[in-house]
Amino acid sequence: METLNTYRAGPDEDGHFGIFGGRFVAETLMPLILDVERAYDAARRDPSFQSEYDYYAKHYVGRPSPLYFAERLTEELRKGAAADKGAKIYFKRDELNHTGSHKANNVLGQILLARRMGKTRIIAETGAGQHGVATATFCALFDLPCVVYMGTTDIERQAPNVFRMKLLGAEVRSVTSGTGTLKDAMNDALRDWVANVENTFYIIGTAAGPHPYPAMVRDFQSIIGREVREQLAEAEGRLPDAVVACIGGGSNAIGLFHPFLDDTAVRIVGVEAAGHGIPTGEHAASLTGGRPGVLHGNRTFLLQNDDGQIFDAHSISAGLDYPGIGPEHSWLHEIGRAEYVSATDAEALAAFQLCSRIEGIIPALEPAHALAHVQKLAPQMGRDEILVMNMCGRGDKDVFTVANALGVELSGS
Amino acid sequence: MSADSRIERRFAALKAEGRGAFVAFVTAGDPDPETALELLKGLPAAGADLIELGMPFSDPMAEGPPIQASSLRALKAGMTLTKTLETVRAFRQGEADTPIILMGYYNPIYSYGVERFVADAREAGVDGLIMVDLPPEEDQELCEPALDAGLHWIRLATPTTDDQRLPVVLNKTSGFVYYVSIMGITGTKAVPIDHVREAVARLRRHTELPIAVGFGIRTPEDAAAIAQTADAAVVGSSIVNAIKAELDADGKAKPGLVAKVLAFVESLADGVRGNRAA
Repeated sequence: METLNTYRAGPDEDGHFGIFGGRFVAETLMPLILDVERAYDAARRDPSFQSEYDYYAKHYVGRPSPLYFAERLTEELRKGAAADKGAKIYFKRDELNHTGSHKANNVLGQILLARRMGKTRIIAETGAGQHGVATATFCALFDLPCVVYMGTTDIERQAPNVFRMKLLGAEVRSVTSGTGTLKDAMNDALRDWVANVENTFYIIGTAAGPHPYPAMVRDFQSIIGREVREQLAEAEGRLPDAVVACIGGGSNAIGLFHPFLDDTAVRIVGVEAAGHGIPTGEHAASLTGGRPGVLHGNRTFLLQNDDGQIFDAHSISAGLDYPGIGPEHSWLHEIGRAEYVSATDAEALAAFQLCSRIEGIIPALEPAHALAHVQKLAPQMGRDEILVMNMCGRGDKDVFTVANALGVELSGS
Repeated sequence: MSADSRIERRFAALKAEGRGAFVAFVTAGDPDPETALELLKGLPAAGADLIELGMPFSDPMAEGPPIQASSLRALKAGMTLTKTLETVRAFRQGEADTPIILMGYYNPIYSYGVERFVADAREAGVDGLIMVDLPPEEDQELCEPALDAGLHWIRLATPTTDDQRLPVVLNKTSGFVYYVSIMGITGTKAVPIDHVREAVARLRRHTELPIAVGFGIRTPEDAAAIAQTADAAVVGSSIVNAIKAELDADGKAKPGLVAKVLAFVESLADGVRGNRAA
């Protein structure tokens, strides 16, 4: 890949980004995985697929999402900075998408592919419920039966999204194995897929899983970064100096990062969830606190013990609560093209409140992690520098969790 | 093929005897390492012709609830890959002939170190590997090092493995082929006997290797019917359920667990032995 002098050529034909990625799945799934790969290859070369995607992206999802100059946050963070410091902060407003997050970008692409392949049943896993809601939404639109796997712990802390999925006609299956979070939901979705491989398409919600999923999800999410390039060129006439996004599996982040990978002057920062703090072991920071391993169809950084058993992740944000990360991030981490940091539950909560108060935007807890790092990073950057953060989801779903964390009792909660 | 292959010797002997093999699956360390070793040591006398020993993993994505639960019981009781190899070593001290095939998922082995693992497994007396999440597309990971170390590599063929793909799956398969009788996870659907007959006939057109069939074989009658059609019948979830039935409220083994589970294994073996292979 490096010989081509680009960071954007991956994965290779076997789905590898360096040593990461691959196709570590049961034989029952392998023929289907190869089918998905062939079908996706054909679809992305087909202008009619792209124009169908563009149509729904514009008229149904509401793209392009705005690129918004967060002026008050910029001023706020300049207060504590040196006189010449304090970057200009832009939010990419993907929380304004239909369904409330960036997840729609990916689900739209995959469901169009499922239709092309003649699949008649859709399954998905969800953590925060954002991907589940997006999948249920498009299944309603295209009249496809939809089963969403969700851990019992997450069902409890994301009740509004569970109800939303049911309103949209999806069946939400409660996952009790493991600790009932995202990793367990993904295990059960894979188990469903193995049993129903003939008619079912598995819409994976993040840029992970067996090849071609990491590349396919990245391609669909890259609309984020491509729009940022265009919109910032229009607003400022140049590239950003830094792009920042939160990372669970890493789909919104890779979508923002990928179009900038070859612009090496653009600093790329991914923010993982540090939970109660990395030293406590209760976190979801796979790159900071994990090591390479194989899970859910790909080799990537994983939280695991000495015996290779996977740990349960912890984060206040259900959407970041995953012990792995997309393989392309593992590769970007290893070659040093992107830097990966982390933010704790407490830092994310503080950022959540700050953004709500001074920008009038209630962020989801996921991008609140990115925002927590922006609070550290922007004051170190020059005043003439530009930072773009992906506001990948809105916080409506999190108000109960946040109220609970702040010790506020909401009636009816 | 090597002359010292227990798997090949066992299948040759059974062929001479004119019957199919009975393969018993248990998870290493379930419900605790000591009980599991005692159980393992009793399997040959109870009639297991080959033993498939599960390596516990936290996220066994092809397993249904019974084997998931057994894997978690073993991990909770402190089982590790190192201890699984110790278990095999201890088993081999009293038993030189019954083949042991380790079944599991790649991450614990990757974490242990592939070269070290294949050497240690061979030395401990492991005969072959069945790896759920390593399709032919990932052969360089473990399949090739395992074959080089003298271990058999037993591949899974499934109802979705069509004639075009079958040669890919059979390439580098050694010892025997494991046909997964259903689309799905272990311990969920009943084995479809008619489908298995056709599938085994199809496999035989592509390979001379013995064919084992597993997933959904629960009773002595199922095992007997499968062993008539194929060269071996694998029973897992129902043995694991028999273990679970002998646990107390705290998940600890009740006295007599080993004897009761071995009696069930014996009934399965009797089913297979009462029927002549076709």
